[in-house]
Amino acid sequence: MHSRKPFYIFVALLFIIGISTSIYRGIEHNVPFLPGEQVQSWAVDAKVSFVGSNQPAEVNFSLPNDPAFDVLVENATSPGYGLSISNDVSNRRAIWSIREASGPQALYYRVTLVPTGKLDIQATGTPMVPEPYLWPATEKSAADQVIEDVWGRSATNLSFAQQLMNLINDSEQSQNMALLLSANTSTNLFVQMLHSKGVPARIVNGLQLEDQRRRQQLTSYVQVYNNGEWVLFDIPNNKKGRDNTLVLWEYSGHSVLDVMGGINSQVNFSMLQDTRSALATSIDMMMNDDALDFSLYQLPLEEQSLFKGILLIPIGVLVVVFLRVIVGIKTSGTFMPVLIALAFIQTTLLTGLIGFLLIVAFGLMIRSYLSTLNLLLISRISAVIIVVIFIIGLFTLISFKLGLSEGLTITFFPMIILAWTIERMSILWEEEGPKKVFVSGGGSLFVATLAYLAMDNQLVQHWVFNFLGIHLVILALVLVMGQYTGYRLTELKRFKPLVGDK
Amino acid sequence: MKYAWPWELSRSGVLNMNRRNISYIGRYNQRKFYKRVDDKLITKQLALANNIAVPDLIGVVHEQHKIQEIPAMVSDRTGFVIKPAKGSGGKGIMVITKVNNGCYYKPNGHEVTQNEIYRHVSNILSGLFSLGGKPDVAIVEGLIEFDPVFEGFSYEGVPDIRLIVFKGFPVMGMLRLSTAASDGKANLHQGAVGVGLDIATGKSLHAVQFDLPVDKHPDTHFPLNNMTVPHWETLLHTASSAYEMCELGYLGTDMVLDKNKGPLLLELNARPGLTIQIANGRGILPRLKHVEAMKGPAMSVEERVAYAKKHFSSNPKF
Repeated sequence: MHSRKPFYIFVALLFIIGISTSIYRGIEHNVPFLPGEQVQSWAVDAKVSFVGSNQPAEVNFSLPNDPAFDVLVENATSPGYGLSISNDVSNRRAIWSIREASGPQALYYRVTLVPTGKLDIQATGTPMVPEPYLWPATEKSAADQVIEDVWGRSATNLSFAQQLMNLINDSEQSQNMALLLSANTSTNLFVQMLHSKGVPARIVNGLQLEDQRRRQQLTSYVQVYNNGEWVLFDIPNNKKGRDNTLVLWEYSGHSVLDVMGGINSQVNFSMLQDTRSALATSIDMMMNDDALDFSLYQLPLEEQSLFKGILLIPIGVLVVVFLRVIVGIKTSGTFMPVLIALAFIQTTLLTGLIGFLLIVAFGLMIRSYLSTLNLLLISRISAVIIVVIFIIGLFTLISFKLGLSEGLTITFFPMIILAWTIERMSILWEEEGPKKVFVSGGGSLFVATLAYLAMDNQLVQHWVFNFLGIHLVILALVLVMGQYTGYRLTELKRFKPLVGDK
Repeated sequence: MKYAWPWELSRSGVLNMNRRNISYIGRYNQRKFYKRVDDKLITKQLALANNIAVPDLIGVVHEQHKIQEIPAMVSDRTGFVIKPAKGSGGKGIMVITKVNNGCYYKPNGHEVTQNEIYRHVSNILSGLFSLGGKPDVAIVEGLIEFDPVFEGFSYEGVPDIRLIVFKGFPVMGMLRLSTAASDGKANLHQGAVGVGLDIATGKSLHAVQFDLPVDKHPDTHFPLNNMTVPHWETLLHTASSAYEMCELGYLGTDMVLDKNKGPLLLELNARPGLTIQIANGRGILPRLKHVEAMKGPAMSVEERVAYAKKHFSSNPKF
């Protein structure tokens, strides 16, 4: 007897790989674990306008590159302009250019953003210690006093920044602070004070997302470096941190908009909130990233819908294996119920059951005539197949005339399988009588119904198509059940007499 | 309560389907030897080569156009049996006990026309009864004239003796009696009565029909509680030597007692059913484990039979 260990290791591997690839897919590619899940997305329009001064113009506009948002679609409209988009990792920019611009000009950039929930901005390296700000003589002593006071009361860069912000926004300001704020904006003052103590901090431009807003401007925020991370401060609102309605449009220290050959340049934003299917969103995102590895969405639509059906078969097979090995139900034809269940998916359960019973009943009647003709098996089966097609055609026609649209789906039944089922049942009828036919036919229909219920489940359909790892799990389960040496449920009843009198 | 708890069955040593398939058939029966038992024609030839008595062969029909030769084949017989060489579970076996100027009669007296026989043989050749639907051949055998000691035990059919032989040891046995329900066939799932037999003596222990205990034959009302199968020693020997013949570790042997020829080997089964446990009123697992745990040199047929008689005897449960 050889060791079973490699087998169990193999099954465990299948199981782990199946589960982990599914989880990876869910988390990394944002494929939703539940069907019908919705995500919010934002359509943001940026309108860059300037007045051309009859000379070549070049507009250099920064594009959002915020890890908190994925760019789903972006496009720029700018009649007459040449456009190039530089996809520099830290500094994405759109550059419009034209030989001669005169009068008011308008350039549009539209982007659809999907929140990712990754709100933290990691620093790409330790930033350099900033140059201390040189205070004007009138402000120096006031600034020094405030800075030293707060510095003494703080422990880290973060607590220093936090306290400074609180102080700037304090409603009962000290004279020193009032003086400083009269000469500086609160945001600038905050950064200057941090720089004076050598704390890395920078001004960034963010866009507050709010549904159906137009003519919005970018707002200045401050990022303070702390332990490999840039923490956002909203000084005027006395707020630390960020939420998922703020896009950091530009945060690498570059300008948002540079216009050469024009004057009065400005940028306005309008935005619209939208909900869309999480699944469609993640598919679009994967398309953008070329990261469709092992996704069936690469296939043409027709093959996709084919696979949607094929990938349900493992579920049906799993149900059959379970019902035969663990429960012990007898069916006519091992996997015939799975194919019947596949047909049920097209016809829906009740129509399918009625259609199946009608076809088989008619088929059995015809078959009983054929059996008196003493034909060879092959020709008899072939005759049954042709007759089954007649029956299906007839029922389809009748139900169409009667206006029963459900009846039309009867064509989805696998005819060869039906013919074999009829043949087997007919033999069973002759050999063992009608009772066995009902037992075995009923068992098959019962298994088919259970397989149908499992395969028709929305969640199951979603999982088998979007998380291919599930099929490894099913394989593992089938292999494990192939090792089951325990009693079947029906055997508990069958062998009952053996324990009754002990 | 209609259901037993799994641990109760396990305590009684009941072998179940999955375990039989994985731990016994899968482990002890090599695939390459299957054809020796799945093809009854090969079984017959092997048995003859090993000096094991079998029912006499009237003829074999290999092709559809030879079907018409059957009446000529059986012209001098009063009865015959047509069976598929690769049939399973008793399917496709047609027993004709009376031939009367061109008309054939089944054991229950129903007439079978020549055309029906042709169609039946045609079905056999097309593989309707064979495992996996493969094309098959039809075997025509002489009818067994069953031993009068069984007179009254069985209804319309030949009682046959099934012995489970594990690694050459006969571990459990039963007598199968056909009934009206089983249409003259001795297959338990078709309604035959199974009578558990004591391995040591061939005495009846316990009887069931459709998995339920009975103490009388349902048709002949013959009491089943005090019968002994004759030629028991020979039957044990035949069964045990079938192990050498087909080299399958877990084997079901089906034998019949003929009036003139004594015990005949009817067929072998590489996947013997589990109902024999119900017929015996006990699980087979302890005996299988006993044989599995045995060490020492290989035993001869006589030694194995002696060992089995000593260790696998049981008390009647009537």
